[in-house]
Amino acid sequence: MAKNLTPKTTILDAKQMARIIRRMAGEIAERHHGNLGSVLLAGIRTRGVPLAEKIAAEIERMEGAKLPVGILDITLYRDDLSTVGPQPQVKGTHLPRSIDDCAVILCDDVLYTGRTVRAALDELIDFGRPRIVQLAVLIDRGHRELPIQADFVGKKVPTSQSEIIEVSFLSTDSTEQVRILERPTAK
Amino acid sequence: MTPETPIRWRRKDLLGIAELSPAEIELILDTAESFSEIGERAIKKVPTLRGKTVLNLFFEASTRTRSSFEIAEKRLSADNINFSTSGSSLEKGETLVDTALNLQAMAPDLVIIRHAHPGVPHMLAKRIKAGVINAGDGAHEHPTQALLDAFTIRRHKGRLAGLKVAILGDIEHSRVVRSNIHLLNKMGAKVTIGGPRTLMPVEMEAMGVEVAYTLEDAIRDADVIMMLRVQLERQGRMAFPSVKEYFQLFGLTTARLAAARDDVIIMHPGPMNRGTEIASEVADGPYSVILEQVTHGVSVRMAILYLLSGVHEETV
Repeated sequence: MAKNLTPKTTILDAKQMARIIRRMAGEIAERHHGNLGSVLLAGIRTRGVPLAEKIAAEIERMEGAKLPVGILDITLYRDDLSTVGPQPQVKGTHLPRSIDDCAVILCDDVLYTGRTVRAALDELIDFGRPRIVQLAVLIDRGHRELPIQADFVGKKVPTSQSEIIEVSFLSTDSTEQVRILERPTAK
Repeated sequence: MTPETPIRWRRKDLLGIAELSPAEIELILDTAESFSEIGERAIKKVPTLRGKTVLNLFFEASTRTRSSFEIAEKRLSADNINFSTSGSSLEKGETLVDTALNLQAMAPDLVIIRHAHPGVPHMLAKRIKAGVINAGDGAHEHPTQALLDAFTIRRHKGRLAGLKVAILGDIEHSRVVRSNIHLLNKMGAKVTIGGPRTLMPVEMEAMGVEVAYTLEDAIRDADVIMMLRVQLERQGRMAFPSVKEYFQLFGLTTARLAAARDDVIIMHPGPMNRGTEIASEVADGPYSVILEQVTHGVSVRMAILYLLSGVHEETV
């Protein structure tokens, strides 16, 4: 957990997360019925990646189709690089196949301002011309700063701007849950 | 939330390897690893340095390093301007400090500089706000070359620590060798340098390397062999009787490679002189990674441009 944050509530435990991800996978499979062969899941680093992998695993279990999972590192496309101070680490983008004429489903843990998704869209377009791009997020917490909305939403969570949504996955954080944390109030 | 806090780059300039920590070196190499993928895309460009201006100041001839920096800058969407010696105001009698101040007045974000005199990039870095990258200063340092060499070695061997690296040739005039010794020592590799006595400066053991005076001694059990160009243009006098004799004693041939390890890789910072320090059969042979070094040079320079451009006055 980052410094100076106080946990407020746990909004999802591992079981609830699994149930929600299963439902999202079902919705994706339904929406792309008959065309699953051209669907690619692209997880946005860091926690969009385990989400994409879990959705892919659920779709495989339900439909028997193994969808390719790519990784997008949007760092080089951020709009705040000249203001954030020392450069964030770049861990690289890996797309397992050409995205031309594919249905690309961007996956991220939390949808907030929409700026990450804007950066991901710009990066994706540099790799080719997908047939359609959709967005799947585990948590939509509101407060958009760009006209962006998700096609597949796990859970809508109304938040205040002083709160932080912390999504943990076993593969990245050694626990699986979603919590709301509170930033310290200015004295 | 991450298990370990990653190290952040905090230097305004990259002037040499000598002052870098192993963690900083690793950060550059890891970042370069991520950038290498961009060179494989159909659209080899990311918007990261949009609106940043980079000056390429080459007061000494360069083809490879300069084009490598230019490509790296363009792939990051920076605007670049090139200055070279001929026609520059230095030739018209301007002092270097005045040139620096004039350049500063154009408000560049980064300045890449190569100069025949050691320390010029350091002087420039003190005088201007822009980040300065040393692209070679005299026989002092050439940090981006050492970093791309390390990147290439790591790609092939998976590590630097514990490797035996032989560096051979014109040690006296080489800035590449100095930067490489600093880097390889810091990362735990074992360096042996070799070459004719007439091209071997006396202080070299003090840099923490072994010195050999025959090619065979230098490359024995080597994991990596780096060949250096004989810089005939920098020699006031001939340091050996003839190019033919140099090749006979210090030229790398397939037959001589037998002394090295079976999975040895052969490197050369370029430009190479076939038939002087290296035989064509080796330069074009299966152990050669010389052209890969050039490819990796672009990724490494992109990483450095990226890291340095994140350092602003308030964060220094």
